[in-house]
Amino acid sequence: MATSQNSALLPSQAKFELKPPPYPLNALEPHMSQATLEYHWGKHHKTYVENLNKQIVGTELQGLSLEDIVVVSYNKGDVLPSFNNAAQAWNHEFFWESMKPGGGGKPSGELLDLIEKDFGSFDQFVEEFKSAAATQFGSGWAWLAYKASEKDKKLEVIKSVNAVNPLVSDYFPLLTIDVWEHAYYLDFQNRRPDYISTFMEKLVSWEAVSARLEKAKVQAAK
Amino acid sequence: MAFRSLATRKTLSLGLNSTRLTQSRALQTFSLPDLPYDYGALEPAISGEIMQLHHQKHHQTYITNYNKALEQLHEAIQKGDSSTVVKLQTAIKFNGGGHINHSIFWNNLAPIHEGGGEPPKGSLGWAIDTNFGSLESLIQKISAEGAALQGSGWVWLGLDKELKKLVIETTANQDPLVTKGPNLVPLLGIDVWEHAYYLQYKNVRPDYLKNIWKVINWKYASGVYEKESA
Repeated sequence: MATSQNSALLPSQAKFELKPPPYPLNALEPHMSQATLEYHWGKHHKTYVENLNKQIVGTELQGLSLEDIVVVSYNKGDVLPSFNNAAQAWNHEFFWESMKPGGGGKPSGELLDLIEKDFGSFDQFVEEFKSAAATQFGSGWAWLAYKASEKDKKLEVIKSVNAVNPLVSDYFPLLTIDVWEHAYYLDFQNRRPDYISTFMEKLVSWEAVSARLEKAKVQAAK
Repeated sequence: MAFRSLATRKTLSLGLNSTRLTQSRALQTFSLPDLPYDYGALEPAISGEIMQLHHQKHHQTYITNYNKALEQLHEAIQKGDSSTVVKLQTAIKFNGGGHINHSIFWNNLAPIHEGGGEPPKGSLGWAIDTNFGSLESLIQKISAEGAALQGSGWVWLGLDKELKKLVIETTANQDPLVTKGPNLVPLLGIDVWEHAYYLQYKNVRPDYLKNIWKVINWKYASGVYEKESA
């Protein structure tokens, strides 16, 4: 996560930075336009980060990692004022990193094995993910997430409303798609299903998802 | 302008296994109401592009899905399939709510040359001054509530019929105002889903909320208020 929480800063000076996507703003064309990135990253995401920084100044949240702020301010559903900005700051950074130019295709290796085990087949996973994204009514997100419990380690498709993300339910998020209208309206208008298909076929970074799975398994083992 | 098409009636027969007389129950389905003005008539407050998409795509989709859910509900009721009846409630609230809310919304707007933006007179004007101090104060409050709404939803000016007062409320997604109180009657609703403003105002929802007042049809709100407070 992009924070300026280096050890030289006191907690009272810590603030979050707006990290750019790992590619130029026009790199996802024509599937996601530069204009969309300019507004979505340059305005929406930027505003969440700026407002979060303002909100945490002088509070005990300042100095915590972004993930910790998300979980703490979720407060078991009785959300604190900073939850919306913190979660949306986290969600958007995660979203940019879930995509890449020339993305799409299929995962491989352990990730593919796990998908086939938990969903039956890659195609069935895609069906379920697309359906979750399409049926999240209003604003929200769809996720592929990893849950490790004593009994089981498995992948699940989850949909969430507004700013909520699977961190708050103890899942390891692996992949997300933003289905707030601002994510697709300039490029697809009301055609959310077309946006979702384009995301799956042309944008998903399976490398990022695999890397996240690796990290999740290491953390789950602790 | 689009045709106004009447609601179609489908007649379905019941009770084939019953020795009683066969009864038929008509399932009313819904169709897209005409806009009372051209798509471009609310410019520059709301662009013609937005009005056309909003009406022909978004509202139409709610109606299509509402009709589908109602047919499925009708079938489930006939079969006594309670599980399906209950399962359909979400789809009915989403899509039926979307139809209700947007139908009100089109009437809440009017071109400037047809009275859009003209302050309310008569009993509603008086009630606004009494409840909020002034029209400006009401507008400021509604705009603030609309801007602060997280995610998708609506901001409403409503009449509480029981308490006989005006209220400002917000609802999430396509929840109609009545979900906030059974005695609430919607006078004015402003759609703050991103689809209502994004192509024109992008992330700056407050600008949309500032400009929409130029095309608010207070005559319609007054008419509803007078009827419901009689």
